[in-house]
Amino acid sequence: MAVKRQPNDAPAKAAFWRRPVFRSAVFQVLLVLGVVYVGNALLNNTLYNLEQRGISTGFDFMSNAAGFGIVQTLIDYQETDTFGRTFLVGLLNTILVSVLGIFFATIIGFIMGVARLSKNWLIAKLAMVYIETFRNIPLLLQILFWYFIVLNKLPLPRQSMDLGGVIFLNKRGLSLPSPVFEPGFWVVGAAILLAVVLVFLIVRWAHIRQEQTGHQFHTVYASLAMLIGLPLLVFFAAGSPVSWEIPALKGFNFKGGFVVIPELAALLLALSIYTAAFIAEAVRSGILAVSHGQTEAAYALGLRPGITLRLVIIPQALRVIIPQLTSQYLNLTKNSSLATAVGYPDLVSVFAGTTLNQTGQAIEVIAMTMAVYLSISLSISLFMNWYNRKKQLVER
Amino acid sequence: MKKIFAFTSAVALLTSISATAFAGATLEAVKKKGFIQCGVNTGVPGFAGTDDKGTWRGIDVDVCRAAAAAVFGDASKVQYTPLTAKERFTALQSGEIDILSRNTTWTLTRDTSLGLNFAGVNYYDGQGFMVKKSLGVNSAKELDGASFCIQAGTTTELNLTDYFRSNNMAYTPITFDTSPETAAAFDAGRCDALTSDQSQLYALRIQLKDPEGAVVLPEIISKEPLGPVVRQGDDEWFNIVRWSLYAMVNAEELGVTSENVDQMAASSKDPNILRLLGQEGIKGKGMGLEDNWAVNIIKQVGNYGEIFERNVGQGSPLKIARGINQLWNKGGIQYAPPIR
Repeated sequence: MAVKRQPNDAPAKAAFWRRPVFRSAVFQVLLVLGVVYVGNALLNNTLYNLEQRGISTGFDFMSNAAGFGIVQTLIDYQETDTFGRTFLVGLLNTILVSVLGIFFATIIGFIMGVARLSKNWLIAKLAMVYIETFRNIPLLLQILFWYFIVLNKLPLPRQSMDLGGVIFLNKRGLSLPSPVFEPGFWVVGAAILLAVVLVFLIVRWAHIRQEQTGHQFHTVYASLAMLIGLPLLVFFAAGSPVSWEIPALKGFNFKGGFVVIPELAALLLALSIYTAAFIAEAVRSGILAVSHGQTEAAYALGLRPGITLRLVIIPQALRVIIPQLTSQYLNLTKNSSLATAVGYPDLVSVFAGTTLNQTGQAIEVIAMTMAVYLSISLSISLFMNWYNRKKQLVER
Repeated sequence: MKKIFAFTSAVALLTSISATAFAGATLEAVKKKGFIQCGVNTGVPGFAGTDDKGTWRGIDVDVCRAAAAAVFGDASKVQYTPLTAKERFTALQSGEIDILSRNTTWTLTRDTSLGLNFAGVNYYDGQGFMVKKSLGVNSAKELDGASFCIQAGTTTELNLTDYFRSNNMAYTPITFDTSPETAAAFDAGRCDALTSDQSQLYALRIQLKDPEGAVVLPEIISKEPLGPVVRQGDDEWFNIVRWSLYAMVNAEELGVTSENVDQMAASSKDPNILRLLGQEGIKGKGMGLEDNWAVNIIKQVGNYGEIFERNVGQGSPLKIARGINQLWNKGGIQYAPPIR
């Protein structure tokens, strides 16, 4: 039956449970309740089961003495320190290999990505072979390959290869002289700080001058001279306030100095080379995504190929590259947990391995380890998203 | 991946709705599924490993086979889960395996805070060191400043630290996930010495590229009683595993072997033997087993002396001497309570 509506009538209001706003609110509340219930049930169920089976729970174990040694520690660590301390040691080792890995993978990846597109047939094919080889071999195999290849080729400590009698390479690692800072060293530190500030000012000044007059300034050379020259000058003026501790063969191995263990080297090599192959493909796709017209326009304006690549192509390509780069960085960080296969003391090996087994607190330890990887990954994501927004096309 | 396994075990602990470890539950579950799920080492010659036909063999494997013989009358009703040192306890706690028989050292912490019980000792071991002969070292005391390849998640890591701390010596530990990785790194020369339970050192030695080039040092720096482990709270199952082991030790003491067991049961006059073989006394009733449970174990698996010699002793490539694993009345410390 048709209802004839009066022109002044407000549209008939639906009952409140039919309104979209109300409905969506109800469903959201139900979802939250459901999630909370499941989470709560999981937690209670776990605690109940653990108690039934006489398994001790809680985080008390974190303050017990660990009683085992760790080969590489970035902070001071003794066997008498706590399990909590082993967590920190493992965490820092994971961060170390991740940061170094991201650094090297990015450099190798960009070079290979650009090389893949080179007009030089040989370079392009070599880059292609590199990418297709390393991208398609499982990472664990690569880590083991580098580790045992490197180990088998190196000499024993007593037959070490040496460089000028100060750097030694053998199966126990690469021993480098370590600097011992003497009292007057703070002046050099201050000089480095000053140089950084000066470089910043120079870059700003050069930018403003170029905008106003169109004259370019050799910012790169000036900055390099400032960063290296100034601290060096101060260093000698202060009478070289650094002495070097040189590694020396004593007993089974070299003592003193700074040692890069082969586990770190192999893991870093494998992670960098593997991830760089993916980054190279991301870079290639980014560059190919920039229309060829851009290159032609730049050449028409008289820009040289190098400058065209640096100032025209790469900035536009970055918009495509960055999101892929982010996921490669995340992969590298997570893949670093394969360290345990070659005995590199990362978080999984030290904490989720030895500590878990000595204490038996599987749930606590695994939960903490997962929380750490989640936090590291989220931090990388946040940073890269921020960088991505900065690099996005600004539409005017 | 192994890590994934440890992880799923942890998740299984999180989500298993009913605690399965209540009294009697394991035997019932085992009978229902028709086999015993046994957690063993991923591969240590003599203790657990597969032969060229893919059959599991070893002194740890035989403990599970003995339990299967007692429960089913058939030693082959066992399925094996190879575990790394790191995964083993979680796998047992979460109910993925029924017996953990994986050269596991009996310690206070493991017995009291993991919800587990050690059912006995099938091998008395101790931690030792293996070095390359070319190093020219004759005693562990000369290893000051050396680096050591170790397997992660073992009592070995702690003993090594204790030993070097109490002797005021320096050392560098390189910790690997599995036993083969540890041995490979030692073989490649990454460390000066490999440290592990002495039985394992002999087992790993025959797998090196040049076994003659390595030597096991005489020092033993720890007590490592290795034995089968079950979940705490299921006394019936605990008793079955414990007495399966004791039946084998008692059998050796009484001179009952896999070959003469039938004849002994029929014609022996010794009441000790008759009680062991279910002809007299309490028989299998207390454990909920058939009366001939021990006959099945001895016939199909053997007595303790037989499984020792077959797997790690003179009948094996390892050729380990009985040593303290000899019976108590022959100079060793293997001792089983009487069956009566």
